[in-house]
Amino acid sequence: MSISRERRRTVRRAALAAAGLAVALVVLAPYIVMVCAALKPEAELRITPPRLTPMVWRPTNFLEVLADPGFQVWLRASLIVALASTVIVVLAATPAAYYTARHRFPGRSAFLLLVLVTQMFSPTALVVGLYREFFELGLVDTYAALILTNAAFNLAFAVWILRAFFSAIPREIEEAAAVDGCGRLGTLVRVVLPLSLPAVVTAVIFAFITAWNEYIVALTLMTDPARKPLTVGITAYVTAYVQHWNHLFAASVIAIVPVVILFASIERHLVGGLTAGSVK
Amino acid sequence: MGRWQALLWLGPSLALIAVVVVYPAVALVGASLGRYSITGLYQGWVGTANYLRLLEQEALPDVVLNTIVWVVSIVAVTVVASLGLAQLLNEEFPGRRLVRWALIVPWAASLIMTSKLFVWLYDYYFGMLNRVLTVLGLLPAPVDWLGNDATVMAAMILVGIFVSLPFTTYVLLAGRAAIPREVYEAARVDGASRWRTYRSVTLPLLRPALLVAIVLNVIYVFNSFPIVWTLNDRNPGFAHDTMITYMYKIAFKSSLRDVGLAAALGVVNVLVILLAVLLYLQTVTWREAEA
Repeated sequence: MSISRERRRTVRRAALAAAGLAVALVVLAPYIVMVCAALKPEAELRITPPRLTPMVWRPTNFLEVLADPGFQVWLRASLIVALASTVIVVLAATPAAYYTARHRFPGRSAFLLLVLVTQMFSPTALVVGLYREFFELGLVDTYAALILTNAAFNLAFAVWILRAFFSAIPREIEEAAAVDGCGRLGTLVRVVLPLSLPAVVTAVIFAFITAWNEYIVALTLMTDPARKPLTVGITAYVTAYVQHWNHLFAASVIAIVPVVILFASIERHLVGGLTAGSVK
Repeated sequence: MGRWQALLWLGPSLALIAVVVVYPAVALVGASLGRYSITGLYQGWVGTANYLRLLEQEALPDVVLNTIVWVVSIVAVTVVASLGLAQLLNEEFPGRRLVRWALIVPWAASLIMTSKLFVWLYDYYFGMLNRVLTVLGLLPAPVDWLGNDATVMAAMILVGIFVSLPFTTYVLLAGRAAIPREVYEAARVDGASRWRTYRSVTLPLLRPALLVAIVLNVIYVFNSFPIVWTLNDRNPGFAHDTMITYMYKIAFKSSLRDVGLAAALGVVNVLVILLAVLLYLQTVTWREAEA
Protein backbone atom coordinates (compact mmCIF):
# COMPACT_ATOMS: atom_id res chain seq x y z
CA MET A 1 0.00 0.00 0.00
CA SER A 2 2.60 2.52 1.07
CA ILE A 3 4.96 1.31 -1.65
CA SER A 4 2.36 1.98 -4.33
CA ARG A 5 1.71 5.42 -2.88
CA GLU A 6 5.47 6.09 -2.89
CA ARG A 7 5.59 5.00 -6.49
CA ARG A 8 2.68 7.14 -7.51
CA ARG A 9 4.46 10.12 -6.00
CA THR A 10 7.63 9.39 -7.95
CA VAL A 11 5.67 9.05 -11.19
CA ARG A 12 3.87 12.31 -10.47
CA ARG A 13 7.12 14.16 -9.85
CA ALA A 14 8.61 12.76 -13.04
CA ALA A 15 5.54 13.81 -15.02
CA LEU A 16 5.73 17.32 -13.53
CA ALA A 17 9.43 17.56 -14.32
CA ALA A 18 8.74 16.46 -17.92
CA ALA A 19 6.01 19.08 -18.25
CA GLY A 20 8.35 21.69 -16.80
CA LEU A 21 11.07 20.76 -19.26
CA ALA A 22 8.60 21.01 -22.15
CA VAL A 23 7.53 24.49 -21.00
CA ALA A 24 11.14 25.65 -20.68
CA LEU A 25 11.93 24.33 -24.18
CA VAL A 26 8.94 26.06 -25.79
CA VAL A 27 9.76 29.36 -24.07
CA LEU A 28 13.45 29.19 -24.94
CA ALA A 29 13.10 27.76 -28.48
CA PRO A 30 12.96 31.17 -30.24
CA TYR A 31 16.03 32.35 -28.33
CA ILE A 32 17.90 29.13 -29.16
CA VAL A 33 17.26 29.90 -32.84
CA MET A 34 18.56 33.41 -32.15
CA VAL A 35 21.83 32.20 -30.63
CA CYS A 36 22.36 29.66 -33.43
CA ALA A 37 21.72 32.25 -36.13
CA ALA A 38 24.13 34.63 -34.37
CA LEU A 39 26.83 31.96 -34.81
CA LYS A 40 26.27 31.34 -38.53
CA PRO A 41 28.26 32.76 -41.43
CA GLU A 42 26.24 35.10 -43.64
CA ALA A 43 25.86 32.56 -46.46
CA GLU A 44 24.29 29.96 -44.16
CA LEU A 45 21.39 32.29 -43.40
CA ARG A 46 20.21 31.89 -46.98
CA ILE A 47 19.83 28.15 -47.40
CA THR A 48 16.55 26.32 -47.87
CA PRO A 49 15.38 24.34 -46.09
CA PRO A 50 16.86 26.20 -43.10
CA ARG A 51 18.89 24.36 -40.46
CA LEU A 52 18.86 25.12 -36.76
CA THR A 53 22.56 24.69 -36.02
CA PRO A 54 25.38 26.26 -38.00
CA MET A 55 27.43 24.00 -40.32
CA VAL A 56 30.39 26.29 -39.70
CA TRP A 57 30.43 27.86 -36.24
CA ARG A 58 31.38 31.51 -36.44
CA PRO A 59 31.76 33.15 -33.03
CA THR A 60 33.67 35.97 -34.77
CA ASN A 61 30.24 37.52 -35.46
CA PHE A 62 30.24 38.63 -31.84
CA LEU A 63 33.71 40.17 -32.12
CA GLU A 64 32.71 41.95 -35.34
CA VAL A 65 29.66 43.45 -33.64
CA LEU A 66 31.68 44.54 -30.61
CA ALA A 67 34.26 46.14 -32.92
CA ASP A 68 31.62 47.90 -35.02
CA PRO A 69 31.83 51.67 -34.30
CA GLY A 70 28.06 51.91 -34.80
CA PHE A 71 27.41 49.30 -32.14
CA GLN A 72 29.79 51.02 -29.74
CA VAL A 73 27.93 54.30 -30.16
CA TRP A 74 24.54 52.65 -29.51
CA LEU A 75 25.90 50.76 -26.53
CA ARG A 76 27.28 53.98 -25.07
CA ALA A 77 23.95 55.77 -25.59
CA SER A 78 22.05 52.93 -23.92
CA LEU A 79 24.41 52.92 -20.96
CA ILE A 80 24.26 56.70 -20.51
CA VAL A 81 20.47 56.82 -20.69
CA ALA A 82 19.87 53.76 -18.51
CA LEU A 83 22.41 54.72 -15.83
CA ALA A 84 21.45 58.39 -15.61
CA SER A 85 17.72 57.71 -15.49
CA THR A 86 18.28 55.05 -12.83
CA VAL A 87 20.18 57.53 -10.65
CA ILE A 88 17.35 60.05 -10.99
CA VAL A 89 14.75 57.38 -10.14
CA VAL A 90 16.53 56.48 -6.92
CA LEU A 91 17.15 60.10 -5.92
CA ALA A 92 13.53 61.07 -6.52
CA ALA A 93 11.79 57.92 -5.29
CA THR A 94 13.69 57.42 -2.02
CA PRO A 95 12.57 60.58 -0.17
CA ALA A 96 9.03 60.24 -1.52
CA ALA A 97 8.79 56.59 -0.49
CA TYR A 98 10.24 57.33 2.95
CA TYR A 99 8.03 60.30 3.69
CA THR A 100 4.82 58.57 2.58
CA ALA A 101 5.76 55.45 4.54
CA ARG A 102 6.34 57.38 7.78
CA HIS A 103 3.98 60.35 7.75
CA ARG A 104 0.32 61.02 7.25
CA PHE A 105 -0.30 64.39 5.69
CA PRO A 106 -2.93 66.06 3.55
CA GLY A 107 -2.42 65.06 -0.05
CA ARG A 108 -0.68 61.77 0.63
CA SER A 109 -3.37 59.64 -1.02
CA ALA A 110 -3.52 62.03 -3.95
CA PHE A 111 0.25 61.74 -4.40
CA LEU A 112 0.24 57.93 -4.30
CA LEU A 113 -2.67 57.85 -6.72
CA LEU A 114 -0.77 60.13 -9.09
CA VAL A 115 2.24 57.82 -8.94
CA LEU A 116 0.04 54.79 -9.64
CA VAL A 117 -1.55 56.45 -12.66
CA THR A 118 1.89 57.30 -14.13
CA GLN A 119 2.78 53.63 -13.82
CA MET A 120 -0.29 52.61 -15.82
CA PHE A 121 0.55 55.09 -18.58
CA SER A 122 3.46 53.86 -20.57
CA PRO A 123 5.07 56.63 -22.63
CA THR A 124 3.48 54.99 -25.68
CA ALA A 125 0.07 56.56 -25.23
CA LEU A 126 1.59 59.99 -24.64
CA VAL A 127 4.26 59.83 -27.31
CA VAL A 128 2.71 62.51 -29.52
CA GLY A 129 2.50 64.88 -26.52
CA LEU A 130 6.04 64.01 -25.44
CA TYR A 131 7.31 64.77 -28.92
CA ARG A 132 5.49 68.12 -28.98
CA GLU A 133 7.01 69.05 -25.63
CA PHE A 134 10.60 68.15 -26.47
CA PHE A 135 10.25 69.65 -29.96
CA GLU A 136 9.17 72.97 -28.45
CA LEU A 137 11.92 72.84 -25.84
CA GLY A 138 14.51 72.07 -28.50
CA LEU A 139 15.38 68.77 -26.80
CA VAL A 140 14.85 66.44 -29.76
CA ASP A 141 17.99 64.31 -30.26
CA THR A 142 19.28 64.93 -26.73
CA TYR A 143 20.02 62.35 -24.04
CA ALA A 144 18.31 64.64 -21.50
CA ALA A 145 14.90 64.04 -23.07
CA LEU A 146 15.32 60.25 -23.01
CA ILE A 147 16.76 60.24 -19.50
CA LEU A 148 13.90 62.32 -18.06
CA THR A 149 11.23 60.26 -19.81
CA ASN A 150 12.63 56.97 -18.58
CA ALA A 151 13.10 58.30 -15.06
CA ALA A 152 9.51 59.54 -14.80
CA PHE A 153 7.91 56.34 -16.02
CA ASN A 154 10.07 54.08 -13.86
CA LEU A 155 9.52 56.11 -10.73
CA ALA A 156 6.38 54.32 -9.60
CA PHE A 157 7.90 50.86 -9.34
CA ALA A 158 10.74 52.23 -7.18
CA VAL A 159 8.32 54.10 -4.92
CA TRP A 160 6.22 50.95 -4.28
CA ILE A 161 9.17 48.67 -3.62
CA LEU A 162 10.98 51.13 -1.34
CA ARG A 163 7.84 52.14 0.53
CA ALA A 164 6.97 48.54 1.33
CA PHE A 165 10.47 47.97 2.78
CA PHE A 166 10.57 51.27 4.68
CA SER A 167 7.19 50.56 6.30
CA ALA A 168 8.46 47.22 7.56
CA ILE A 169 11.39 48.75 9.47
CA PRO A 170 10.48 49.18 13.16
CA ARG A 171 10.18 52.82 14.19
CA GLU A 172 12.22 52.08 17.32
CA ILE A 173 15.39 51.66 15.26
CA GLU A 174 14.91 55.11 13.78
CA GLU A 175 14.05 56.60 17.13
CA ALA A 176 17.28 55.22 18.53
CA ALA A 177 19.16 56.82 15.65
CA ALA A 178 17.41 60.12 16.35
CA VAL A 179 18.45 59.91 20.01
CA ASP A 180 22.02 59.38 18.82
CA GLY A 181 21.77 62.71 17.05
CA CYS A 182 20.90 61.69 13.49
CA GLY A 183 18.69 64.15 11.65
CA ARG A 184 15.85 62.86 9.51
CA LEU A 185 17.93 62.75 6.35
CA GLY A 186 20.82 61.21 8.29
CA THR A 187 18.53 58.48 9.61
CA LEU A 188 17.28 57.76 6.10
CA VAL A 189 20.74 57.54 4.57
CA ARG A 190 22.63 55.86 7.42
CA VAL A 191 19.98 53.60 8.96
CA VAL A 192 16.95 53.04 6.75
CA LEU A 193 18.62 52.66 3.36
CA PRO A 194 21.21 50.06 4.45
CA LEU A 195 18.40 48.03 6.02
CA SER A 196 16.44 48.24 2.76
CA LEU A 197 19.26 47.19 0.49
CA PRO A 198 17.26 44.43 -1.28
CA ALA A 199 14.57 46.98 -2.20
CA VAL A 200 17.15 49.49 -3.42
CA VAL A 201 18.86 46.83 -5.54
CA THR A 202 15.51 45.73 -6.97
CA ALA A 203 14.51 49.31 -7.80
CA VAL A 204 17.89 50.00 -9.42
CA ILE A 205 17.86 46.85 -11.55
CA PHE A 206 14.26 47.31 -12.63
CA ALA A 207 14.75 50.96 -13.59
CA PHE A 208 17.93 50.12 -15.47
CA ILE A 209 16.39 47.27 -17.48
CA THR A 210 13.23 49.16 -18.36
CA ALA A 211 15.29 52.11 -19.63
CA TRP A 212 17.67 49.72 -21.44
CA ASN A 213 14.72 48.14 -23.28
CA GLU A 214 12.78 51.37 -23.96
CA TYR A 215 11.96 51.70 -27.65
CA ILE A 216 9.18 54.02 -28.74
CA VAL A 217 10.43 57.29 -27.24
CA ALA A 218 13.97 56.63 -28.46
CA LEU A 219 12.61 55.79 -31.93
CA THR A 220 10.68 59.05 -32.00
CA LEU A 221 13.18 61.47 -30.47
CA MET A 222 16.57 60.16 -31.60
CA THR A 223 17.11 60.73 -35.30
CA ASP A 224 20.85 61.41 -35.00
CA PRO A 225 22.65 58.08 -35.67
CA ALA A 226 25.34 59.06 -33.16
CA ARG A 227 22.83 59.15 -30.30
CA LYS A 228 20.54 56.21 -30.94
CA PRO A 229 20.42 53.60 -28.18
CA LEU A 230 20.79 49.87 -28.90
CA THR A 231 17.07 49.10 -29.29
CA VAL A 232 16.77 51.58 -32.15
CA GLY A 233 20.30 51.35 -33.52
CA ILE A 234 20.59 47.61 -34.11
CA THR A 235 17.61 47.56 -36.47
CA ALA A 236 20.08 49.07 -38.99
CA TYR A 237 21.62 45.59 -39.36
CA VAL A 238 18.52 44.43 -41.22
CA THR A 239 16.79 46.86 -43.57
CA ALA A 240 15.40 46.75 -47.09
CA TYR A 241 18.99 47.10 -48.35
CA VAL A 242 21.17 45.05 -45.99
CA GLN A 243 20.33 41.77 -44.29
CA HIS A 244 22.92 41.03 -41.59
CA TRP A 245 20.68 38.82 -39.48
CA ASN A 246 23.68 37.16 -37.83
CA HIS A 247 24.96 40.55 -36.67
CA LEU A 248 21.51 41.67 -35.56
CA PHE A 249 21.17 38.52 -33.44
CA ALA A 250 24.71 38.66 -32.08
CA ALA A 251 24.03 42.24 -30.95
CA SER A 252 20.69 41.14 -29.48
CA VAL A 253 22.32 38.31 -27.53
CA ILE A 254 24.86 40.77 -26.13
CA ALA A 255 22.02 43.11 -25.11
CA ILE A 256 19.73 40.42 -23.70
CA VAL A 257 21.97 38.08 -21.69
CA PRO A 258 23.12 40.51 -18.93
CA VAL A 259 19.60 41.82 -18.57
CA VAL A 260 18.10 38.35 -18.13
CA ILE A 261 20.62 37.55 -15.40
CA LEU A 262 19.86 40.82 -13.58
CA PHE A 263 16.14 40.26 -13.94
CA ALA A 264 16.35 36.73 -12.54
CA SER A 265 18.16 38.13 -9.50
CA ILE A 266 15.18 40.34 -8.55
CA GLU A 267 12.54 37.80 -9.61
CA ARG A 268 11.05 37.47 -6.13
CA HIS A 269 10.27 41.18 -5.72
CA LEU A 270 8.90 41.91 -9.18
CA VAL A 271 5.24 41.13 -8.68
CA GLY A 272 4.95 43.29 -5.55
CA GLY A 273 6.27 46.34 -7.37
CA LEU A 274 4.18 45.84 -10.50
CA THR A 275 0.84 45.18 -8.83
CA ALA A 276 0.93 48.02 -6.33
CA GLY A 277 -1.41 47.68 -3.40
CA SER A 278 -3.11 44.52 -4.60
CA VAL A 279 -1.07 41.35 -4.14
CA LYS A 280 0.55 41.17 -0.74
CA MET B 1 4.62 73.64 8.16
CA GLY B 2 3.90 69.94 7.67
CA ARG B 3 2.65 70.64 4.19
CA TRP B 4 5.83 72.47 3.16
CA GLN B 5 7.95 69.71 4.56
CA ALA B 6 5.98 67.12 2.57
CA LEU B 7 6.49 69.18 -0.56
CA LEU B 8 10.22 69.12 0.03
CA TRP B 9 10.38 65.33 0.30
CA LEU B 10 7.97 64.69 -2.56
CA GLY B 11 9.30 67.55 -4.66
CA PRO B 12 11.68 65.66 -6.97
CA SER B 13 9.04 63.04 -7.80
CA LEU B 14 6.35 65.66 -8.33
CA ALA B 15 8.61 67.70 -10.61
CA LEU B 16 9.45 64.64 -12.69
CA ILE B 17 5.80 63.64 -13.06
CA ALA B 18 4.78 67.22 -13.87
CA VAL B 19 7.38 67.61 -16.60
CA VAL B 20 7.20 64.19 -18.25
CA VAL B 21 3.66 62.93 -17.64
CA VAL B 22 1.30 65.82 -16.91
CA TYR B 23 2.74 68.37 -19.33
CA PRO B 24 2.82 65.97 -22.33
CA ALA B 25 -0.77 64.98 -21.54
CA VAL B 26 -1.77 68.65 -21.65
CA ALA B 27 0.33 69.15 -24.80
CA LEU B 28 -1.45 66.16 -26.36
CA VAL B 29 -4.89 67.65 -25.73
CA GLY B 30 -3.65 71.03 -26.99
CA ALA B 31 -2.24 69.47 -30.15
CA SER B 32 -5.52 67.67 -30.81
CA LEU B 33 -7.23 71.06 -31.04
CA GLY B 34 -4.74 72.66 -33.42
CA ARG B 35 -3.50 72.47 -36.98
CA TYR B 36 0.14 71.77 -37.78
CA SER B 37 2.30 71.97 -40.86
CA ILE B 38 3.97 68.80 -42.14
CA THR B 39 7.19 69.92 -40.39
CA GLY B 40 5.36 70.25 -37.07
CA LEU B 41 4.77 74.02 -36.82
CA TYR B 42 1.60 75.26 -35.14
CA GLN B 43 -0.78 76.96 -37.56
CA GLY B 44 -3.77 77.80 -35.42
CA TRP B 45 -6.73 76.58 -33.41
CA VAL B 46 -9.26 74.32 -35.14
CA GLY B 47 -11.56 73.28 -32.30
CA THR B 48 -12.95 69.77 -32.67
CA ALA B 49 -12.14 69.53 -36.38
CA ASN B 50 -9.42 66.89 -35.81
CA TYR B 51 -11.84 64.65 -33.91
CA LEU B 52 -14.42 64.95 -36.67
CA ARG B 53 -11.77 64.17 -39.28
CA LEU B 54 -10.69 61.16 -37.24
CA LEU B 55 -14.20 59.75 -37.47
CA GLU B 56 -14.09 60.16 -41.24
CA GLN B 57 -10.86 58.20 -41.70
CA GLU B 58 -11.51 55.22 -43.92
CA ALA B 59 -9.14 53.00 -41.94
CA LEU B 60 -10.69 53.72 -38.54
CA PRO B 61 -13.32 50.93 -38.36
CA ASP B 62 -10.71 48.28 -39.26
CA VAL B 63 -8.21 49.73 -36.81
CA VAL B 64 -10.71 49.70 -33.94
CA LEU B 65 -11.74 46.14 -34.79
CA ASN B 66 -8.07 45.07 -34.96
CA THR B 67 -7.48 46.63 -31.54
CA ILE B 68 -10.37 44.74 -29.99
CA VAL B 69 -9.26 41.43 -31.54
CA TRP B 70 -5.64 42.13 -30.50
CA VAL B 71 -6.44 42.91 -26.85
CA VAL B 72 -9.20 40.37 -26.24
CA SER B 73 -7.49 37.38 -27.83
CA ILE B 74 -4.07 38.01 -26.26
CA VAL B 75 -5.45 38.63 -22.77
CA ALA B 76 -7.86 35.69 -22.91
CA VAL B 77 -5.33 33.12 -24.14
CA THR B 78 -2.58 34.47 -21.89
CA VAL B 79 -4.68 34.27 -18.75
CA VAL B 80 -5.91 30.74 -19.44
CA ALA B 81 -2.42 29.49 -20.33
CA SER B 82 -0.91 31.26 -17.32
CA LEU B 83 -3.39 29.55 -15.00
CA GLY B 84 -1.96 26.26 -16.21
CA LEU B 85 1.63 27.44 -15.91
CA ALA B 86 1.07 28.83 -12.42
CA GLN B 87 -0.53 25.53 -11.41
CA LEU B 88 2.52 23.65 -12.69
CA LEU B 89 5.10 25.99 -11.12
CA ASN B 90 3.30 25.88 -7.80
CA GLU B 91 4.15 22.16 -7.51
CA GLU B 92 7.45 20.80 -6.23
CA PHE B 93 9.51 19.04 -8.88
CA PRO B 94 13.15 18.78 -9.88
CA GLY B 95 14.16 21.65 -12.17
CA ARG B 96 11.39 24.02 -11.11
CA ARG B 97 13.82 26.90 -10.60
CA LEU B 98 15.16 26.40 -14.13
CA VAL B 99 11.67 26.61 -15.59
CA ARG B 100 11.04 29.83 -13.66
CA TRP B 101 14.28 31.28 -15.02
CA ALA B 102 13.43 30.21 -18.57
CA LEU B 103 10.14 32.05 -18.22
CA ILE B 104 12.05 35.22 -17.29
CA VAL B 105 13.75 35.42 -20.70
CA PRO B 106 10.85 36.73 -22.86
CA TRP B 107 9.99 39.13 -20.01
CA ALA B 108 13.46 40.62 -19.60
CA ALA B 109 14.46 40.67 -23.27
CA SER B 110 13.88 43.84 -25.25
CA LEU B 111 10.51 43.60 -27.03
CA ILE B 112 11.93 45.03 -30.22
CA MET B 113 14.65 42.36 -30.30
CA THR B 114 12.11 39.60 -29.65
CA SER B 115 9.91 41.06 -32.41
CA LYS B 116 12.81 41.05 -34.89
CA LEU B 117 13.54 37.47 -33.88
CA PHE B 118 9.96 36.48 -34.73
CA VAL B 119 10.19 38.21 -38.11
CA TRP B 120 13.06 35.80 -38.79
CA LEU B 121 11.21 32.77 -37.40
CA TYR B 122 8.15 33.57 -39.54
CA ASP B 123 10.24 34.09 -42.71
CA TYR B 124 8.75 32.36 -45.75
CA TYR B 125 12.00 30.84 -47.07
CA PHE B 126 14.43 30.79 -44.15
CA GLY B 127 12.18 30.71 -41.07
CA MET B 128 12.24 27.73 -38.71
CA LEU B 129 8.47 27.82 -38.17
CA ASN B 130 7.58 26.76 -41.72
CA ARG B 131 10.38 24.18 -41.60
CA VAL B 132 9.18 22.59 -38.37
CA LEU B 133 5.50 22.59 -39.37
CA THR B 134 6.16 21.06 -42.80
CA VAL B 135 8.50 18.39 -41.43
CA LEU B 136 5.89 17.43 -38.83
CA GLY B 137 3.31 17.22 -41.63
CA LEU B 138 1.13 19.91 -40.04
CA LEU B 139 1.50 22.15 -43.08
CA PRO B 140 1.46 20.93 -46.71
CA ALA B 141 3.45 23.95 -47.95
CA PRO B 142 5.24 26.94 -46.39
CA VAL B 143 3.13 29.99 -45.53
CA ASP B 144 4.14 33.65 -45.84
CA TRP B 145 2.89 34.36 -42.31
CA LEU B 146 3.61 38.10 -42.22
CA GLY B 147 2.88 38.87 -45.87
CA ASN B 148 -0.53 37.24 -45.99
CA ASP B 149 -3.60 39.23 -44.92
CA ALA B 150 -5.20 36.10 -43.54
CA THR B 151 -2.34 35.13 -41.20
CA VAL B 152 -0.49 38.29 -40.16
CA MET B 153 -2.83 39.21 -37.28
CA ALA B 154 -2.75 35.70 -35.82
CA ALA B 155 1.05 35.66 -36.14
CA MET B 156 1.34 38.94 -34.24
CA ILE B 157 -1.13 37.81 -31.59
CA LEU B 158 0.98 34.69 -30.98
CA VAL B 159 3.99 36.89 -30.20
CA GLY B 160 1.83 39.07 -27.96
CA ILE B 161 0.80 35.99 -25.99
CA PHE B 162 4.39 34.75 -25.82
CA VAL B 163 5.67 37.93 -24.18
CA SER B 164 2.65 38.37 -21.87
CA LEU B 165 2.84 34.88 -20.34
CA PRO B 166 5.71 35.50 -17.87
CA PHE B 167 4.24 38.51 -16.07
CA THR B 168 0.79 36.94 -15.90
CA THR B 169 2.11 33.64 -14.62
CA TYR B 170 4.15 35.39 -11.94
CA VAL B 171 1.14 37.41 -10.73
CA LEU B 172 -0.99 34.27 -10.54
CA LEU B 173 1.83 32.39 -8.75
CA ALA B 174 1.99 35.15 -6.14
CA GLY B 175 -1.78 34.95 -5.71
CA ARG B 176 -1.53 31.18 -5.42
CA ALA B 177 1.17 31.40 -2.76
CA ALA B 178 -1.11 33.64 -0.67
CA ILE B 179 -3.74 30.90 -0.34
CA PRO B 180 -3.31 29.25 3.09
CA ARG B 181 -2.43 25.54 3.12
CA GLU B 182 -5.16 24.76 5.65
CA VAL B 183 -7.82 25.39 3.03
CA TYR B 184 -6.42 22.55 0.94
CA GLU B 185 -6.16 20.24 3.90
CA ALA B 186 -9.81 20.91 4.68
CA ALA B 187 -10.73 20.10 1.09
CA ARG B 188 -8.77 16.84 1.29
CA VAL B 189 -10.49 15.83 4.52
CA ASP B 190 -13.81 16.41 2.77
CA GLY B 191 -12.64 13.99 0.07
CA ALA B 192 -12.73 16.53 -2.77
CA SER B 193 -11.06 15.46 -6.00
CA ARG B 194 -8.15 17.46 -7.45
CA TRP B 195 -10.24 19.08 -10.16
CA ARG B 196 -13.06 19.77 -7.71
CA THR B 197 -10.61 21.38 -5.30
CA TYR B 198 -9.20 23.52 -8.08
CA ARG B 199 -12.63 24.69 -9.16
CA SER B 200 -14.16 25.39 -5.81
CA VAL B 201 -11.12 26.37 -3.75
CA THR B 202 -8.24 27.63 -5.90
CA LEU B 203 -10.14 29.58 -8.56
CA PRO B 204 -12.39 31.56 -6.18
CA LEU B 205 -9.46 32.42 -3.90
CA LEU B 206 -7.37 33.36 -6.93
CA ARG B 207 -10.01 35.86 -8.07
CA PRO B 208 -8.24 39.02 -6.83
CA ALA B 209 -4.93 38.05 -8.49
CA LEU B 210 -6.81 37.06 -11.66
CA LEU B 211 -8.59 40.40 -11.86
CA VAL B 212 -5.33 42.29 -11.36
CA ALA B 213 -3.64 40.19 -14.04
CA ILE B 214 -6.49 40.76 -16.50
CA VAL B 215 -6.76 44.51 -16.03
CA LEU B 216 -3.00 45.14 -16.10
CA ASN B 217 -2.68 42.96 -19.20
CA VAL B 218 -5.45 44.86 -20.95
CA ILE B 219 -3.49 48.08 -20.33
CA TYR B 220 -0.13 46.61 -21.39
CA VAL B 221 -1.48 44.88 -24.49
CA PHE B 222 -3.50 47.90 -25.60
CA ASN B 223 -0.35 50.04 -25.21
CA SER B 224 1.88 47.51 -26.97
CA PHE B 225 3.83 48.99 -29.87
CA PRO B 226 6.98 47.10 -30.98
CA ILE B 227 5.32 43.83 -32.04
CA VAL B 228 2.80 45.24 -34.51
CA TRP B 229 5.27 47.94 -35.56
CA THR B 230 7.90 45.35 -36.47
CA LEU B 231 5.93 42.35 -37.75
CA ASN B 232 3.54 44.44 -39.84
CA ASP B 233 6.38 46.52 -41.21
CA ARG B 234 6.25 45.34 -44.83
CA ASN B 235 2.49 45.70 -45.29
CA PRO B 236 1.34 49.02 -46.74
CA GLY B 237 -1.71 50.87 -45.46
CA PHE B 238 -3.38 50.44 -42.09
CA ALA B 239 -5.20 47.12 -42.53
CA HIS B 240 -3.40 45.40 -39.62
CA ASP B 241 -2.71 48.34 -37.32
CA THR B 242 -4.00 48.87 -33.79
CA MET B 243 -5.06 52.26 -32.43
CA ILE B 244 -1.53 52.76 -31.08
CA THR B 245 0.43 51.94 -34.23
CA TYR B 246 -2.15 53.79 -36.38
CA MET B 247 -1.66 56.87 -34.21
CA TYR B 248 2.10 56.58 -34.57
CA LYS B 249 1.96 56.22 -38.35
CA ILE B 250 -0.33 59.25 -38.69
CA ALA B 251 2.03 61.34 -36.57
CA PHE B 252 5.46 60.29 -37.74
CA LYS B 253 5.59 57.89 -40.65
CA SER B 254 2.90 57.95 -43.29
CA SER B 255 2.65 60.65 -45.92
CA LEU B 256 0.01 62.21 -43.67
CA ARG B 257 2.39 63.47 -40.96
CA ASP B 258 -0.68 64.97 -39.34
CA VAL B 259 0.06 65.95 -35.74
CA GLY B 260 -3.45 67.25 -35.00
CA LEU B 261 -5.17 64.09 -36.22
CA ALA B 262 -2.69 61.83 -34.41
CA ALA B 263 -3.13 63.82 -31.20
CA ALA B 264 -6.92 63.43 -31.43
CA LEU B 265 -6.48 59.65 -31.64
CA GLY B 266 -3.89 59.91 -28.84
CA VAL B 267 -6.49 61.55 -26.59
CA VAL B 268 -8.93 58.74 -27.38
CA ASN B 269 -6.21 56.18 -26.52
CA VAL B 270 -5.48 57.93 -23.23
CA LEU B 271 -9.17 57.87 -22.35
CA VAL B 272 -9.33 54.13 -23.06
CA ILE B 273 -6.39 53.56 -20.71
CA LEU B 274 -7.89 55.86 -18.05
CA LEU B 275 -11.01 53.71 -18.13
CA ALA B 276 -8.89 50.61 -17.53
CA VAL B 277 -7.01 52.39 -14.73
CA LEU B 278 -10.32 53.20 -13.02
CA LEU B 279 -11.23 49.52 -13.30
CA TYR B 280 -7.88 48.62 -11.77
CA LEU B 281 -8.38 51.00 -8.86
CA GLN B 282 -11.77 49.49 -8.23
CA THR B 283 -10.31 45.99 -8.41
CA VAL B 284 -7.55 46.60 -5.91
CA THR B 285 -9.93 48.79 -3.84
CA TRP B 286 -6.91 51.10 -3.53
CA ARG B 287 -5.59 49.82 -0.24
CA GLU B 288 -4.10 53.13 0.79
CA ALA B 289 -5.71 53.16 4.25
CA GLU B 290 -3.84 50.10 5.52
CA ALA B 291 -0.34 51.53 5.14
